Amino acid sequence: MRVRNIAALLFLTFCLCTGLIANAHAQSFEEALAGFTTDEYSDTDKAITELAASGNPRAADIIGALQDGRLYFNTDAKKVYIKDKSDVPQDAATGTPASGVSADDLSPVRLNNRLRRTVDAALGGLTLLSNDPGRRFDAAQSVFKSREESALSALDTAIGKETDPRIKRALMEARAAILASKTDAAENVRLGAIETIRARGDQDALGLLSGIAAASEGPLRNAAQAGIGAIQAKLALWNNLQNVWYGLSLGSVLLLAAIGLAITFGVMGIINMAHGEMVMIGAYTTFVVQEYIRSHNPALFGMSLFIAIPLAFVVTGIIGIAIERSIIRFLYGRPLETLLATFGLSLILQQAVRTIFGANNREVGAPAFMSGTFDFGGLAITYGRMWIIAFAIIVFIALQLVLRLTPFGLRMRAVTQNRRMASAMGIDTNRIDALAFGLGSGIAGMAGVALSQIDNVSPNLGQSYIIDSFMVVVFGGVGNLWGTLVAAMTLGVANKFLEPFAGAVLGKIVLLIFIILFIQKRPRGLFALKGRAVEA
Amino acid sequence: MSQLLTRVDRRAHIAILLLIAIAVLVPVLALATPPRSLFHLPPYLVALFGKYLCFALLAVALDLVWGYCGILSLGHGAFFALGGYCMGMYLMRQIGTRGVYADPILPDFMVFLNMKALPVTWWGFNHFPYALLMIVLVPGVLAFAFGWFAFRSRVTGVYLSIITQAMTYALLLAFFRNDMGFGGNNGLTDFKDILGFNVQSDATRAALFAITAIVLAATLLIAQLIVTSKFGKVLIAIRDAESRTRFIGYRVENYKLAVFTLSAVLAGIAGALYVPQVGIINPSEFAPTNSIEAVIWVAIGGRGTLVGGALGAVLVNWGKTYFTGALPEYWLFALGLLFILVTLFLPQGIVGLVSRRRTIPEAPRGGDVEEGKVDSADVPAAAR
Amino acid sequence: MDQATLTRSLLYLDGINVTFDGYKALRGLSLTLEPGEMRAIIGPNGAGKTTMMDVITGKTRPDEGDVYFGGSQDLTQLDEATIAELGIGRKFQKPTVFESHTVEDNILLALKAPRKAIATLFGRAAADQQSRIDRILETVRLSDHRDRFAADLSHGQKQWLEIGMLLAQDPKLLLVDEPVAGMTDSETAQTALLLKAIAEDHSVIVVEHDMDFVRELGVKVTVLHEGSVLAEGPLEAVSADPRVVEVYLGR
Repeated sequence: MRVRNIAALLFLTFCLCTGLIANAHAQSFEEALAGFTTDEYSDTDKAITELAASGNPRAADIIGALQDGRLYFNTDAKKVYIKDKSDVPQDAATGTPASGVSADDLSPVRLNNRLRRTVDAALGGLTLLSNDPGRRFDAAQSVFKSREESALSALDTAIGKETDPRIKRALMEARAAILASKTDAAENVRLGAIETIRARGDQDALGLLSGIAAASEGPLRNAAQAGIGAIQAKLALWNNLQNVWYGLSLGSVLLLAAIGLAITFGVMGIINMAHGEMVMIGAYTTFVVQEYIRSHNPALFGMSLFIAIPLAFVVTGIIGIAIERSIIRFLYGRPLETLLATFGLSLILQQAVRTIFGANNREVGAPAFMSGTFDFGGLAITYGRMWIIAFAIIVFIALQLVLRLTPFGLRMRAVTQNRRMASAMGIDTNRIDALAFGLGSGIAGMAGVALSQIDNVSPNLGQSYIIDSFMVVVFGGVGNLWGTLVAAMTLGVANKFLEPFAGAVLGKIVLLIFIILFIQKRPRGLFALKGRAVEA
Repeated sequence: MSQLLTRVDRRAHIAILLLIAIAVLVPVLALATPPRSLFHLPPYLVALFGKYLCFALLAVALDLVWGYCGILSLGHGAFFALGGYCMGMYLMRQIGTRGVYADPILPDFMVFLNMKALPVTWWGFNHFPYALLMIVLVPGVLAFAFGWFAFRSRVTGVYLSIITQAMTYALLLAFFRNDMGFGGNNGLTDFKDILGFNVQSDATRAALFAITAIVLAATLLIAQLIVTSKFGKVLIAIRDAESRTRFIGYRVENYKLAVFTLSAVLAGIAGALYVPQVGIINPSEFAPTNSIEAVIWVAIGGRGTLVGGALGAVLVNWGKTYFTGALPEYWLFALGLLFILVTLFLPQGIVGLVSRRRTIPEAPRGGDVEEGKVDSADVPAAAR
Repeated sequence: MDQATLTRSLLYLDGINVTFDGYKALRGLSLTLEPGEMRAIIGPNGAGKTTMMDVITGKTRPDEGDVYFGGSQDLTQLDEATIAELGIGRKFQKPTVFESHTVEDNILLALKAPRKAIATLFGRAAADQQSRIDRILETVRLSDHRDRFAADLSHGQKQWLEIGMLLAQDPKLLLVDEPVAGMTDSETAQTALLLKAIAEDHSVIVVEHDMDFVRELGVKVTVLHEGSVLAEGPLEAVSADPRVVEVYLGR
């Protein structure tokens, strides 16, 4: 309690001092400094208070040094020094290097716990008025948490001077935090303060209000509890939004993995069990590109993904065309056989990659723009996830454009709708089949580039996506790209909302069972094409 | 009886007689010959051949649904594993106080996981007859429930294959969880004895082998009688033209459900015979790859021939044993190539190649296998 | 619903609407067929002939309308297998037989007998089964081919086998979709004779494009157009109807 009174006194003094002339400042500053040289706690205490009240621009540095244990004194010279980071003493009063002072002659100014609180309060008050907006903001936040009543007057001053609305708001909140928990303040003042805290609406505000609700009665308690309810609702909302975001992120990964399959399975009706291996090869393409860049031109590393994306598309696209020409075209109209043959192919591709690159995970680096986090409202958003969502959407739109606007897209749709008629109109259906399969595989390869950023690059990478991908395509409705989009996002979000209740694995099982039941209810998926054309 | 036996073709006759012969011969060679004799069969080979026969039984079960009814199940490994787990649970409870923690009731892993009481799912498994019942019931009920939904909703062809795969995948994930109470990742192992006989002993192994061979022979006989009955003819009719079968008044879903459930039970029995012979059951048996591998055994041997499935299972697994010993790097290449070459060049399988009688019609080009021959308008169930 | 109050017709379709994705396959189709009647149905492509058959056999549920069989059975509530057991047999446009079964087994499977799985697994064959099979094979002229696989038959033989399977079902009503498509002239003529023989003790609906064949059948004709009935009557009257002429020739 004494500390508080002293601190209150300090700030009262401080406020008064702001109106005094510089001369008086200088005088009290010198006197205050001398208080550090007596090696008595009570004098140190007084010195801190006076120093803070002096209004001298050096005051913050000196008290900061004291807090860090870098403040020293020399009894004989009655002078105070600050040791800088390389242990060179500086004159505390001027901040200039002190020549001819031996470190052996200096003793540290000692602190005990009581003094540390004085130091903290003094610093809080001083930095509230700092010239650096960042420090002012931090000071306001720390006062909000400490709720040091002594900081009240400094806060009032700071609020009066503050021009930055964000900091002003933080200062008001800090003030409200003090007033709300100040038992001797007027009830309407406290109620107003509770409103301000409620408006802040974060975890700290929630903690503060819970404390008030537990320690008070009547309208105060009601107001605090109403505030708690409101904040909890708000936090829950943000929490849900965060889950949606995670879900969309997972959904975009599913979309990337499934969208190539939506072409080969959904549009062409080919069951390609080696689809996951196309994804895997895309990821390894990224690895190879990065290795090449590392050894030949490290400066290009930031561009590695932009090089890998088209390269992966071309590599897996060509592999896809080769697969279609050498195996799948002999199996059209025999979906179960296609399934088996492409599964065999997936085993071969996995083993080939294992033989070439080894069975262990390969390290794929993330360029600078893929790493880091930023806050958006109450959301924490990682750049990597954000770009993957963006990439998935771009790929989806690009694919829609290719199918709708290009001559190839037109021919492909013609072949899928009526093969014989398309053939009769001079479309080379064999070529379209091969290219369409290449397109689906190429997209899988590009997906692999994105997945290399968030998943382990190993020969088994593809296997973990193949069942999910089929689920997405079937759930969305075969032959319907929009259905694939909606299904991927729905499953992604549902998965993230199930996780808190059921855990990651059980959540996934629940979804699998749901889809199994769903397919049995609606065998053609969410957005089924209806009518004769489907099976004709 | 003699009239029934005429329905068993020559192929099956040979296979059944052969199985009965080795059921007698293998134990004799393993137990009654001196270890240095030329004819002596080392115990590890008995266990290995026993494992092959279990796979052969699984393949016959799969052939029954795929070869005769056109249902390509990519989840039969799940039924196999469930049967195996039921047997494994019986064997675990036989360990009793001989476990590391010497708990008379709880198996070691439960003590390790701090479980206080035996989960309900484990009750009764100390009784062999109960375990036998579960070996039949668990895969059977799962298959019945799954099929009841799937076949009623007319999920066919590739869609059915994919959801059966999802089923075994879901079970794989589930059994990996420790709190399922089935030993999690490590599964069930360190078995001591079965019906009082030491599972590790040569005599028990030989007996298990003989039992497996007899069960396989009996299964071949029964399956042969089923597929040559009118019931079997309806199955083939469903495979060839599902809609047509419906329009002449057969309730296709009931037939599919019956054969799917029967097949799952057979797969479960195969799994139950497998576990004491290999000494472990863990969640990796649920891996979708295992189920697909079983399909390729059938494809290689010849689908729709029963004996072919068994033959394919033994040949492929013998090859696997050889490759993984001699050239481990190349086994997956070889298996992958087998998948492709068989589907491209040997659609009838080995048995189909040597047999004059065609077993599977050429699939029509450009249509679904099941629905391909039906006229234009096949409306999805949702439109009804 | 009481049988007597409803209808005396064998088949009664009233106000049937079927829509696929906005495309109206049937719009207000109404049709009745008397017991023992044979009816030919003609109409251009897309007139709704196959969809009508789908509705009768339970393959497609109509969005609206009533379908009654034998006066009392509401077919819209039943599935294909039940409808088949009630006594409606269907022959597809493309011959659909069980290709890996022998000709005899194809007939055996279609033969009127218990259809339950248990019955087919354990049941014994009826005593007269073989003679019934023989009689049907005789009728469809396939006696000499009874042990061949259906896959090995010619196109025309497959059509006949399918008609034979229909006879084996012994249905009250036969729906026959384009029975002579792809047949030679002599096969067509023989098929017409066969159908006329069948019509003596069955009700039959024949959908056909081939006007000569329809003329040969010499029965009442219903013309479908855009999912509803355009005209009905003897072939001569119908083909003189200017609306029918316009539908067939006008575009």
